[in-house]
Amino acid sequence: MSLAAISEGFRDRRLAAALTERIRENKAGPLRIMEVCGTHTMAIFRHGIRSLLPAEIELISGPGCPVCVTATGDIDLMIALAAKPGVTLATFGDLLRVPGSEGKSLAMARAAGARVEVVYSPADALDMARNTDGLVVFPAIGFETTIPVIAATVLEARSKNVRNFMLLVSHKVVPPALEVLLSDPELAIDGLLCPGHVSAIIGEQAYQPLVAQFHMPCVIAGFEPLDILSAVYMLTRQAGRGQARVENCYGRVVSKEGNPRAREIIYRVFKPCNAWWRGLGEIPGSGLELQEEFRDFDARTRFELPAVFVPEPQGCRCGEILTARIKPPQCPLFNTRCTPTHPVGPCMVSSEGTCAAYSKYGDL
Amino acid sequence: MTRRILLDHGSGGMASRQLIETVFLPRLNNPVLARFEDSAVLSAGAARIAFTTDSYVVDPIFFPGGDIGLLAVHGTVNDLAMQGARPLALSLSLILEEGFAMAELERLADSIGRAADNCRVPIVTGDTKVVPRGKADKIFINTSGIGLVPDHLVLGADLARPGDTVLLSGFLGDHGVTIMAARAGLSMQSAIQSDTAPLHTMVAAMLRAAPGGIRCLRDPTRGGAATVLAEIAASSGVRIEIDEDRLPVRPGVKTACELLGLDPLYLANEGKCIAIVEAGAAEILLTAMRETPEGRDARVIGTVTATSSEKHPARVILKTGIGGARIVGPLSGEPLPRIC
Ligand code: SF4
Repeated sequence: MSLAAISEGFRDRRLAAALTERIRENKAGPLRIMEVCGTHTMAIFRHGIRSLLPAEIELISGPGCPVCVTATGDIDLMIALAAKPGVTLATFGDLLRVPGSEGKSLAMARAAGARVEVVYSPADALDMARNTDGLVVFPAIGFETTIPVIAATVLEARSKNVRNFMLLVSHKVVPPALEVLLSDPELAIDGLLCPGHVSAIIGEQAYQPLVAQFHMPCVIAGFEPLDILSAVYMLTRQAGRGQARVENCYGRVVSKEGNPRAREIIYRVFKPCNAWWRGLGEIPGSGLELQEEFRDFDARTRFELPAVFVPEPQGCRCGEILTARIKPPQCPLFNTRCTPTHPVGPCMVSSEGTCAAYSKYGDL
Repeated sequence: MTRRILLDHGSGGMASRQLIETVFLPRLNNPVLARFEDSAVLSAGAARIAFTTDSYVVDPIFFPGGDIGLLAVHGTVNDLAMQGARPLALSLSLILEEGFAMAELERLADSIGRAADNCRVPIVTGDTKVVPRGKADKIFINTSGIGLVPDHLVLGADLARPGDTVLLSGFLGDHGVTIMAARAGLSMQSAIQSDTAPLHTMVAAMLRAAPGGIRCLRDPTRGGAATVLAEIAASSGVRIEIDEDRLPVRPGVKTACELLGLDPLYLANEGKCIAIVEAGAAEILLTAMRETPEGRDARVIGTVTATSSEKHPARVILKTGIGGARIVGPLSGEPLPRIC
């Protein structure tokens, strides 16, 4: 069966109607459900899922877009690196238009002559390094989902003795950020729609501590509309019964243990460190850096790049968006000074950003 | 900070539009340009002449289903056809990079010659420039075209009215996915190829069938069907509703979209037409379209539902496959530069 045919099966209109009916029947009362993952945010908008749910169920978007949570200071570092003679920055396209400080972006740096190339995978960046004498730097952003692939690329670079390939590491792991969010009484989150891809790596088990500590209903969901609706149904059911547990409605991909081999490869190459999240600040143990033995691949070490804190763009309220304190229309810049063509903050740039989703799909 | 041209400015989406509006309209201001149609319509005595120009920078220059030469002929013929014009003649200008292989140039010339023959539109004038190696990439082509607009025919993006029907001439996204796959070195299992094709014969058939029933024709190239529909909604001050289940997308394109996180509504097409037509003429027009090879898969994809108001601004709304609803906005940002 083709991928397209499989996904058709998860988009059946009658099943969707039946599920929304059962969600209504659950009458779980007002509920704030946070979808952690940017891919969920996009799927929810793309399929118009909010328009199907009863008004008292509020889906709020969390910090799960890797581009959006990348600190302004890290974007500045990428721009500075790209401008160095002999350096090519090979990056995922999503990062190109993210504004660093003073509104500068990699796209602008490229227009001004910096070598910035868009690649589709870290392996492409490694290939690029093999075919050039200059140094190729790949900005390594992303969560548990992307980290194993990037770690594998580092191993490959080492085994093939590629000396002109480096990472600028800004990786982040999800659970510590969730802990910070759930500890915040102001956010009043009633349930977590847990990310499908990330959970495939970290497994159901990773959410047990959140259930124990915060009595938080957690449901792991895939990205098809019926996956998401089923998960919302399960969350309303748990809430209605006063339960809190981990349920997995993405069993075709996510297991209890997750993927230990992928985790093994992550921690062979990287080790935990503190990390700056846009909007959330510094979270202990939420980032990754290269292990000592891979330091040759670390652009931060090589260029002695300091970790600088740079404040967010003036007027931009991405920090509050990423922590679901406000919704995009509440930002005074939304769709006025900040638009997808002239983004002020990262949430408007990234294809998984909440402001981009509201601007593109929202507000019928 | 120095303001510079970004790749976004050539995307055919919002940034391109803003560039024209802020840099060129104020300086060149004239009512014909300000209409933002695919071609300008000028009066010369009793005749009405459509005039258009377009540059082609697609990378790679050869791709499954076509090449840059074919695109350069079809694209300009289509811009004329979207004003209902019968194409009369084209010009052809080349910018070549020093060192470009003569054999490739000959191959492109063959393809341009054949395309012009098939369209029955002569190429009557041209120009060639060569720039030093590295100052251009292989070959850039510009074509301009003129055509004759039938008496009294007025088509425009500002003419959609509530009750009108939205027609689409065939499958969405073939060209965009082909170029993307070629560029990323992906080999698509299901051999998707570019849909590049001239549309003037199909448009002529539509004009014969129901000349008064057509309000607006647009070919959804860069920016895709979404951007075209959003522009029509904004220009006409209406709300347009389209139905996801009715959008024709080939399985291979669907798969590529799932894999690459793309939306077929934003992918480029090079041989498709969106027509806003009077509801009463929709059936006749569909039949006429389907009788031509380019319109074989034509279908209704939606309707113009209402005039916009303060509470209900001009929008394109998509009824999603699962029964939800969402907005379809114009393209913003640069999904893929140098697509045509
Ligand atoms: S609308 Fe723009 S400025 Fe406001 S929070 Fe979103 S990205 Fe930041």
